Amino acid sequence: MKRFIYATAFFAVLIVTWEMLVRARVWSPIVLPSPSMVGEYLIAAVADGSLFEASVVTLKRLVLGYLFGIALGLPIGLITARFQVCKDTIGMLALGLQTLPSVCWVPLALLWFGQTESAMFFVVVMGTLWSVVIATETGVRTIPPIYARAARTMGSRGIHTWIHVMLPASLPFVVSGMKQGWAFAWRSLMAAEIYVTILTGFGLGHLLHYGRELHAMEQVTGVMLIIVMIGLLADKVMFSPWERFLHRRWGTQGK
Amino acid sequence: MTVQTELVNVAPSKLSVGEVSKRFRSKSGVVQALDRVSLDIAEGEFICLVGPSGCGKSTLLNIIAGLDTADEGSVLCDGTPVTGPGRERMVMFQEHALFPWLDVLSNVLFGLKLKPGLTRSERIDVARFYLKLVGLEKFQRSNIHELSGGMKQRVALARALAPNPRVLLMDEPFAALDALTREQLYGDIQRIWQERKKTIVFVTHNVREAVCLGDRVVLFSPHPGRIREDFKIDLPRPRDINSVDLAQHSAHITKALKNLLNTREDEVAE
Repeated sequence: MKRFIYATAFFAVLIVTWEMLVRARVWSPIVLPSPSMVGEYLIAAVADGSLFEASVVTLKRLVLGYLFGIALGLPIGLITARFQVCKDTIGMLALGLQTLPSVCWVPLALLWFGQTESAMFFVVVMGTLWSVVIATETGVRTIPPIYARAARTMGSRGIHTWIHVMLPASLPFVVSGMKQGWAFAWRSLMAAEIYVTILTGFGLGHLLHYGRELHAMEQVTGVMLIIVMIGLLADKVMFSPWERFLHRRWGTQGK
Repeated sequence: MTVQTELVNVAPSKLSVGEVSKRFRSKSGVVQALDRVSLDIAEGEFICLVGPSGCGKSTLLNIIAGLDTADEGSVLCDGTPVTGPGRERMVMFQEHALFPWLDVLSNVLFGLKLKPGLTRSERIDVARFYLKLVGLEKFQRSNIHELSGGMKQRVALARALAPNPRVLLMDEPFAALDALTREQLYGDIQRIWQERKKTIVFVTHNVREAVCLGDRVVLFSPHPGRIREDFKIDLPRPRDINSVDLAQHSAHITKALKNLLNTREDEVAE
């Protein structure tokens, strides 16, 4: 409760100071609009449905690409951990491509798929995939061999060992890899949406981009706020429960 | 199958180790971990393998478990050659090897789930039975990291007993525990061995521990790993590790162990 009060008070002070600075004309509202102007925009954008529509378009792209990236990344990670030859080949490829910001894929993606959802899907998958591959591979490689030995004595073999021992044992790494993949995918998608117009749907990035074109900085700031909110929400809804579970079971730090 | 039939004691196995050899390649050359080792273990016998590190006693245990394969020779379990791990031969390791992503009950259930013929609720009843046997029925829902070292080994024991094996293979299971906890577990393991009628192969480097637990104490020597002596211990049970009789027996064996190490050094000196 105390922590909640502190957090609320902190943000209240931040917003009030911001509002007062703009009203005192420390800078022009054209450069940075006041919170009340941003608020007005948000109310209007919610009312006419444009904000909701854009959020749905963006989240759909993100979730689809992200889930596909995980579904592909986990088995590839397991395979790279299992076979040295895969580690030397696919593992190296993953490491290289992970360092590449996936927005760099946009030019090729546009050429291959056109200004379509497929291009966005591809960029998000590229953002997610390699982080998940590397995290899964590292996770599996750091598992104490005694777990697999113990499982073998109890009659666990092959696929059963991978699903019931190797995967859960590497969970701390996998979850942090998924979190990193999420962050990469989210950033790449935003960059791509601001960068190019996709004809099949207007996402938050486009809304932000048009705000810039129209010099409507309250729209830019408002959309930025929504992007932050979605990021926070994703963290709280998707990752916090996992992390709490991991901390509780493994006895690592955390409350 | 019902819980009652599942919990009935199965007949313990007879083990027969025949001329088993095992070599390991290391940086300093080839190490002869086991050199034509033969050993017969009777049904329901509690046998302790003792020797200095590097004498191959753990290697032999792993071969009996089926986790390792012999270069030469064979291990027979009730007359059938051991070719891999099997549910009738369960292992307890020095590190507890419990799974941190599962709670206590689920750890004990792990092996049971792989055993066909039981329903979910029957498995849980069986797991609870063994947790009770090791005195941890109140901790079924605990996480592994919340348990003390001794409690973890008790869970590991329950997990090993749960599939109702004929043989229990224990690789220095108490080596990492403090003296007091260890003494409690000596009592428990003797009680459980008598109640559940298992053949137990117990590896240790602690002679007193071996004399306290074993019907027989088999002495190994290293480089190459060989069996040197086989002592029969017919002290009455339950045995107290602090009793005078037990101390005398272990003094006798310790002397033999020291002799063996000295002669080896002489050989090296020559």
